[in-house]
Amino acid sequence: MSVGAIAAGRSRRLAKRRTVIGALVVAVIGMYAVTLMVGQTFYSPGDVARVIAGQTVPGASFTVGELRLPRATLAILTGIAFALGGATFQTMLRNPLASPDIIGISHGASAAAVFAITVLTVSGAAVSFVAIVASLATAMAIYVLSFRDGVVGTRLILIGIGIAAMLQSVVSYLLIRASTWDLQVAMRWITGSINGASWSLALPLVCAVVVLGGILLAHSRQLELLQLGDESASALGVRVERTRLVVIVAAVGLIAFATAAAGPIAFVAFLSGPIAARLVGPTGSVLVPAALVGALLVLTADLLGQFAFGTRYPVGVITGVLGAPYLVYLLIRTNRAGGSL
Amino acid sequence: MSATLLTRPGPDDAMMRRPVPVRLLVLLAGVAVLVLAAALSVAFGTRIVAWQDIVSAFTTSADGIAEAAVRQRVPRTVLAMLVGASLGVAGAVLQGLTRNPLADPMILGITPGASLAVVSGIAFFGLSTATGYIWVAIVGAALASAFVYTIGSLGRGGPTPLKLALSGAATTAAFTSLISAILLPRIDVMNVFRFWQVGGVGGASYSRIGQVLPFLVVGALLCLVCVRGLNTLALGDDLARGLGERVMVTRIVAFLGAVTLCGAATAVAGPIAFVGLVVPHVCRLLVGVDHRWLLASAGLLGAILLTVADVVGRIVARPSEIDVGIVTAIIGAPFFIYVVRRQKVRAL
Repeated sequence: MSVGAIAAGRSRRLAKRRTVIGALVVAVIGMYAVTLMVGQTFYSPGDVARVIAGQTVPGASFTVGELRLPRATLAILTGIAFALGGATFQTMLRNPLASPDIIGISHGASAAAVFAITVLTVSGAAVSFVAIVASLATAMAIYVLSFRDGVVGTRLILIGIGIAAMLQSVVSYLLIRASTWDLQVAMRWITGSINGASWSLALPLVCAVVVLGGILLAHSRQLELLQLGDESASALGVRVERTRLVVIVAAVGLIAFATAAAGPIAFVAFLSGPIAARLVGPTGSVLVPAALVGALLVLTADLLGQFAFGTRYPVGVITGVLGAPYLVYLLIRTNRAGGSL
Repeated sequence: MSATLLTRPGPDDAMMRRPVPVRLLVLLAGVAVLVLAAALSVAFGTRIVAWQDIVSAFTTSADGIAEAAVRQRVPRTVLAMLVGASLGVAGAVLQGLTRNPLADPMILGITPGASLAVVSGIAFFGLSTATGYIWVAIVGAALASAFVYTIGSLGRGGPTPLKLALSGAATTAAFTSLISAILLPRIDVMNVFRFWQVGGVGGASYSRIGQVLPFLVVGALLCLVCVRGLNTLALGDDLARGLGERVMVTRIVAFLGAVTLCGAATAVAGPIAFVGLVVPHVCRLLVGVDHRWLLASAGLLGAILLTVADVVGRIVARPSEIDVGIVTAIIGAPFFIYVVRRQKVRAL
């Protein structure tokens, strides 16, 4: 192949990547706008725009400004955070199934949050704080336990599954102790829901997405090189251990903050990366498109959960039911291909 | 088979040929420990009961609170032993069948399958009888495990431990979402289900034991029929076929037996994790890999483990109790991690 043909192929792939990312951005913005307009009562784009601009519109000021706006914003933020965290793990461990909701990190957050809700009977920021500390601790424990002459991806995944099973039983235990009132709060929390969205809930997540997401994006080049294997990466000038540490802490932090705000919304961390990789093809880092896919997923699933069925389902149920068949499909495809499994 | 990531380290020759007297001794010791565990289970509980009350509960028809408590503990102990033995045997059969050291009812998605089936039964078909739970749980267990195994064995290298564990974890995650989708709008079903879900033998009664016993007996018989076949299967499919073993038939019968045991145990006591994983490993160390001895000792050790776990759960959280499913998970997960760490793992 001549140099020209390679260059042409490369620029074609880059053009496709740009197109896909552009389309995703448009889709997210469109979905955001629809979420703001649609609901029990419909408000025109003009009303919505005026509310956002700070004018007072009778009715819409409260419904859109106080209810829908924080909700839609929280949906986008959690989507981005879960997707970035999940895609980072998947890239680093080179396995699409190595997402935090399979290897036990989300379970750590759930167990801690249910403990906080039912035993300590705290709410709000305290629950979030406990969940964040617990998921960091869980991630650390999984990493340490799977360390034996270095960390091997498969061992980390299997140990994560074991830890997840243990934490799951802790959750069941706490639930059975719970009073019926706490039970529903806790159940909704474990499923993942943005029903209680408010600006005070969204604010810490904004900071997390900006800071930790920024760190991850800044390291996306090194992350890609890490995929080549530790030795090649360090030959190419990556400080392997340091990069891995920074990236893990940032990814777990994102997952933790998002979990604290909305509960572990099922499968978003797991699905966004593979879908994004499918869409953009093998060029560049998957992080940015994954974040967009995540935001789109949570927005759409929340809208469906609110209005598509007789009962209002929390968003996690929708993503779970939508995600499950895809998960199975992915599993079959990975196994068929032989892959790294 | 380069795609096999985990390989079970072959048992030492010495271990395979444990002399019969040693094995007998192990089994007898097992029986003794089981009797002791049963005695502890009757004697200790949330309520502290004096020795003379325990004696009088069995010898007289005295009707004090202490005697009533002791009499309550008897069916509970029996149920714990039955469920533990079933899970132990089922785990041993599944590990032999799949030649996979991580096979366990929980990992293979059998218990989540049973859970999903029971929840759907309660929510959509007004299921409320104990026998109904059992049938539905067994069917759910069979479907789920067949599904997990099929997906896990696609592709190169057949069902490797990692592929099975991943497809099990993925299926469990999927089922969990479906379960919450069914439960969330129905607070009454949620309330019934959460007690079933934890896994416990606290609500035992003789009638419940009577309902589940036929299923356990059938499952155990199916497993016993396959004992020799499982030994032959351990040599590998080709060699087993060469020796005249009908590989497929053995597989299916043994699988049905294990699933019946797990499904029935799950239906009566809720999902109980890791007993089926831990017990066969310990038994292989004690009596070697001959399935005749392995199944017998797995049944014994499973019964011991669950009875002791139940007693521990009753004692540590006085005046409340911790259900046995939680105790076994707390004991079992570290063991699972230990098994994983011990395996030779090929770098990706």
